[in-house]
Amino acid sequence: MNAILVNTIGVLLIIAIIWWFWLGPRRGVAKTVAVSEQLQILVKNGVYEPDHIRLPAGHTATLHFLREDPNPCSEWVIFPDLEISAELALNKETTVEIPAAKPGKYPFSCQMQMYRGTLILE
Amino acid sequence: MAKEQQSAQTLFRLSGVSCAGCVNKIESAVQGVAGVEDARVNLADKTLKVQGAAAPQACIEAVRQAGYDAEVAKSSERQRREEQRAQEERHYHQLLLRSAIALGVGLPLMAWGLITDKMSVNSFADQLAWGAMGLITLAILVFCGGQFFSGAWKALRHHSATMDTLVALGTGTAWLFSMLVVLVPHLLPESARHVYFEASAMIIGLISLGQALEVRARGRTSAAVEKLLELQDTSARVLRDGKEVDLPIEQVQAGDQLRVRPGEKIPVDGVVLEGGSLVDESMLTGEPVPVKKGEGDNLAAGTLNKNGSLLFRAEKVGADTRLAQIIEMVKNAQGSRVPIARLADKISAIFVPVVMIIAVVAALVWFNLGPDPRAAHMLVVLTSVLIIACPCALGLATPMSVMVGVGKGAEYGVLVRNGKALQQSCNLDVLVVDKTGTLTEGSPRLTDIESEGDSDELLRLLASLEQGSEHPLAEAVVTAAHEKKLDLQKPSDFEAITAHGVMGVISGKKVLLGNSKLMQRENIALGDWQARANNLAEQGRTVMYGAVDGVLQGIIAVADPIRDDAAAAIARLRKLGLRLEMLTGDNQASAEAVARHLKIDKVHAELLPEDKERIVAELQKGGARVGMVGDGINDAPALARADVGFAIGAGTDVAIESADVTLMRSSLHGVANAVELSRATLGNIKQNLFGAFIYNTLGIPIAAGVLYPLTGMLLSPIVAGAAMALSSLTVVSNANRLRFFKPSEVH
Repeated sequence: MNAILVNTIGVLLIIAIIWWFWLGPRRGVAKTVAVSEQLQILVKNGVYEPDHIRLPAGHTATLHFLREDPNPCSEWVIFPDLEISAELALNKETTVEIPAAKPGKYPFSCQMQMYRGTLILE
Repeated sequence: MAKEQQSAQTLFRLSGVSCAGCVNKIESAVQGVAGVEDARVNLADKTLKVQGAAAPQACIEAVRQAGYDAEVAKSSERQRREEQRAQEERHYHQLLLRSAIALGVGLPLMAWGLITDKMSVNSFADQLAWGAMGLITLAILVFCGGQFFSGAWKALRHHSATMDTLVALGTGTAWLFSMLVVLVPHLLPESARHVYFEASAMIIGLISLGQALEVRARGRTSAAVEKLLELQDTSARVLRDGKEVDLPIEQVQAGDQLRVRPGEKIPVDGVVLEGGSLVDESMLTGEPVPVKKGEGDNLAAGTLNKNGSLLFRAEKVGADTRLAQIIEMVKNAQGSRVPIARLADKISAIFVPVVMIIAVVAALVWFNLGPDPRAAHMLVVLTSVLIIACPCALGLATPMSVMVGVGKGAEYGVLVRNGKALQQSCNLDVLVVDKTGTLTEGSPRLTDIESEGDSDELLRLLASLEQGSEHPLAEAVVTAAHEKKLDLQKPSDFEAITAHGVMGVISGKKVLLGNSKLMQRENIALGDWQARANNLAEQGRTVMYGAVDGVLQGIIAVADPIRDDAAAAIARLRKLGLRLEMLTGDNQASAEAVARHLKIDKVHAELLPEDKERIVAELQKGGARVGMVGDGINDAPALARADVGFAIGAGTDVAIESADVTLMRSSLHGVANAVELSRATLGNIKQNLFGAFIYNTLGIPIAAGVLYPLTGMLLSPIVAGAAMALSSLTVVSNANRLRFFKPSEVH
């Protein structure tokens, strides 16, 4: 009886992990902002908030990162496809200029890929 | 950006601000000031940003009337860094404190377990005692490890998992299992009634200690940028109304006249108006010998004035100085990705959920197939796998080395654009070098004049003729005549014939100067002069014939002297395994003479500027990885085409724009330094990646218990915690080893 229970819990856990991290719907609703609007991204507790950002393609834009996590992991934000990176000051806003780019998904992350977000240009 | 320039923005530092209510009060007060377009308070960093043309004093007054205080923020990069350092220091001490508290509880508990072996719950008294201990451990988890749990929860809500997730799950599971043992021991077989509170506390303590040491080590990785920032002076001695006034650097404007005395730093970029001195530019260019500066010479911010007093005009200030641009470039490059990290990045992205699955599978295997006590083994394996897995080591492997490597490059005057350029520099096959300005001084000099009669008279005539020419060789002839103080005349009927030479009339005499083709065209016999000309050409000189009134009078030779350090630098590059090819617009004979002297493998002579790009492309088609060294003006397309473009001398903005690597110093040694640095950095990255991969691929199976059949023991979660803390610290420390990199150049 115990064996069945433990094994069932184990298998359910594995299914839950696969579903939640890979198959499950990405519920992170993208925040859409006009070019002129100020968008602040909070860097705290291992996540960017918001972590999905929609911007109109073909325009330059400025993102305002506010890092509240003193952990050095969160020190840098990198947009590898746009070849931009910025060192984020602690408890201070750091602006990151996004150049005009083609429509598409541009992931961004910390240096160690733990903090992750997506910039959607459309 | 454009918007910001049209409408001025002023930043104020606020004091007395503590809540959202204050924000509204201040914003509405400042918005009432004439000229303010927008006012926004940032509560986090206690600043007020005002958009518009309002007077700063009026804004400060408005803030004061609202009951707070404000001052204009003088936020220099250096100040910002200092604040960051202070915050880091606080974080370091916080982590140390957390670690000390957690270990303070965990260590005695562990010692008790090891000495007495009484870690099981077998009676009501045990339940009470361990229950109290469980609550103390819970306090440790909350106060010392709270950030792991809040981070894990937040990440989970965002469908992502981080290192926090692993630590929280590992320590949380150990605590929950132990609490289960305490509360309902009868549910478990007697052999499995073991508590693991010491593991939870020890893991939190060890990981916090690892993080604290990592904060320290990481601080050192950005030492190079800080060194550059320290080069920026905070004040300057400006001439105002005929008096020398010390002003904060922010107030110096382009066009101001400044004075620097011996031993002082040059505060901004400028041009010398008066005086002469030796200036040490080694901090920017890596060039060890001080440079002589006089009237009209350029000065760069951050360099050191050695022995004379200089009066100069500020040309570029603030973010426009070369030093500021170098800092910006280094910072950008430090944050960039290296292609070699792609695999590690892909693994990092799925690492944590995969480890979670491995942990569950391993636990199930132990539960179903393992020996008794199964429940205890299951828990140990689950916790150990979660804790030993270290995504940090993998994620840190490349960025840390790039940070240190790029910073180290800046110290030697090698500015790398990004991680990709750094990686590609380490495995080049061919180095294509532009001759002028790279192998040679770039300023041709008259080396020989041979004539039938008075050589000074011939030089006077030829120099008079060349005054009208824009050819670079003409300058050498005219300079030589000036040096001999010859009296030059203006030519009449001047004509420049492309690829031949020039002709004109001086004092009624028809004078010709050019190559053999010009003489043939004008039907002038070369006679014995041809052999003498060939002799000079073989020595790498450009020879021209001079004829007066249809008779050949002599020859003059011009050469661009080979740089003193070119031969040594080329020897270094050859030793690094690079094949060298030279590009030049010069004639084949003189180009080959230079190549022979410098032991260059191949010469492409008599080229037009557009040919350079074609040659680079052809070499690439042949499968070679090509590096191109040039001055960046004529070479911009070839630099951009090459796998790695090295712009030498950093003379122009074009060069910095199109080059992958900018060398602040006009020497090929810079290229050798860049190649050596990139190899050292890539070597370091590979060690780190290898270490991180091996650590995880060995650590996880060991934690899962694969060695149990051999050793009869499972890895303790505490050892797993120590190993994990050590692994990321090792990666950062190994990257820091790059700080001791020294190029092989011998001065």
